[in-house]
Amino acid sequence: MPLSELPLWFALPAALLLILSGLLTLIGCLGLLRLQDFYARIHAPTLGTTLGAGGVLLASMLVSSGLSGRWVIHEVVIGLFLVMTAPVTTLLLMRAARFRERAHLVRPPERQETKRSAEEDTP
Amino acid sequence: MLLPAALYFALCCFGIAVIFATVRLWLGPSAQDRILALDTLYINGLLIILTLGMELGSLLYFDIALLIALFGFVGSAALAKFLLRGELIEP
Amino acid sequence: MRLGLVPLLLAFWLLLNQSLAPGHWLLGLLFAVVVAALAKRLRPLGARPKRPLLAVQLLWHVFCDIVRSNIAVSSIILGAPHRQPRIGFLDIPLDLRDPHALATLAMIVTATPGTVWAGHDQANNILTLHILDLQNESVWIHTIKERYERPLREIFE
Repeated sequence: MPLSELPLWFALPAALLLILSGLLTLIGCLGLLRLQDFYARIHAPTLGTTLGAGGVLLASMLVSSGLSGRWVIHEVVIGLFLVMTAPVTTLLLMRAARFRERAHLVRPPERQETKRSAEEDTP
Repeated sequence: MLLPAALYFALCCFGIAVIFATVRLWLGPSAQDRILALDTLYINGLLIILTLGMELGSLLYFDIALLIALFGFVGSAALAKFLLRGELIEP
Repeated sequence: MRLGLVPLLLAFWLLLNQSLAPGHWLLGLLFAVVVAALAKRLRPLGARPKRPLLAVQLLWHVFCDIVRSNIAVSSIILGAPHRQPRIGFLDIPLDLRDPHALATLAMIVTATPGTVWAGHDQANNILTLHILDLQNESVWIHTIKERYERPLREIFE
């Protein structure tokens, strides 16, 4: 069965879910670009890994079930795996960032700016 | 008609999201920013593969997406662990 | 032997193979039993979750919170050029002691956009949270303590 002949009760929710998760993932990556601080940026991609991925996985279930005429739900495996692993990566990154800041390997941006302005004031 | 349009829209969104993540990967400024961008990139790649699988009506793309999820997690976790300790396998 | 793992692994095997044929049941059951027997050595400390209904209710609450904070974080990001969010760390004293419950709390908090688990002081049992938009500290403390910690204590302790 071609994609355009999918029954409406499969196609309509799938289309809505796809549009929603596309927008959410895009906003998440926009946040990666727009926010000023690493600690603010670490929150942005979570949008894509929670509802963004969830929407696409649900839509994929709907579309493949509609196309093949039986229940295709093996996307649940990817969903469970993402739910289990995405927070672990974020946690490790958070710990790494705090460790590096404490070890003075990277200077947080506020401190850099104050230093620069202090240097400008002295001469 | 509605579903193919939604698929193209979602693909465009994920494509632009990949560009944004690549810009963050390029700009940095710190190593953890780059790892965060790489993490976002593999999630976006997974979503693109799933959307393509829907569009082409093939179930094979599911296995590719599963493999991307597995290896992407291992890669990001290893990189973050490297930042944390400076070595991957502790004695 | 982790008996709880057997049906989970069997379900995964059947899902991945997309079939309910008797051969797959047999092979999946074999793999599940072997892996469950080996898993005991990987982590000898076992979790004893109680009250499954409360766990389902907690899962539903987490889902609602994820949807709500998705909307909140989206609006923050879209308004970012004019107004950068007030990021900040927040220390919350916990009563939770069970390691599995703490792990579950870490997953819940980190999976919700806008909050990331930033550390845990084991000696004093104080959780450090990183919050994207720190407007009202007491609301966050109330959410963590009442909405997540109380059901987790009832489930795991």
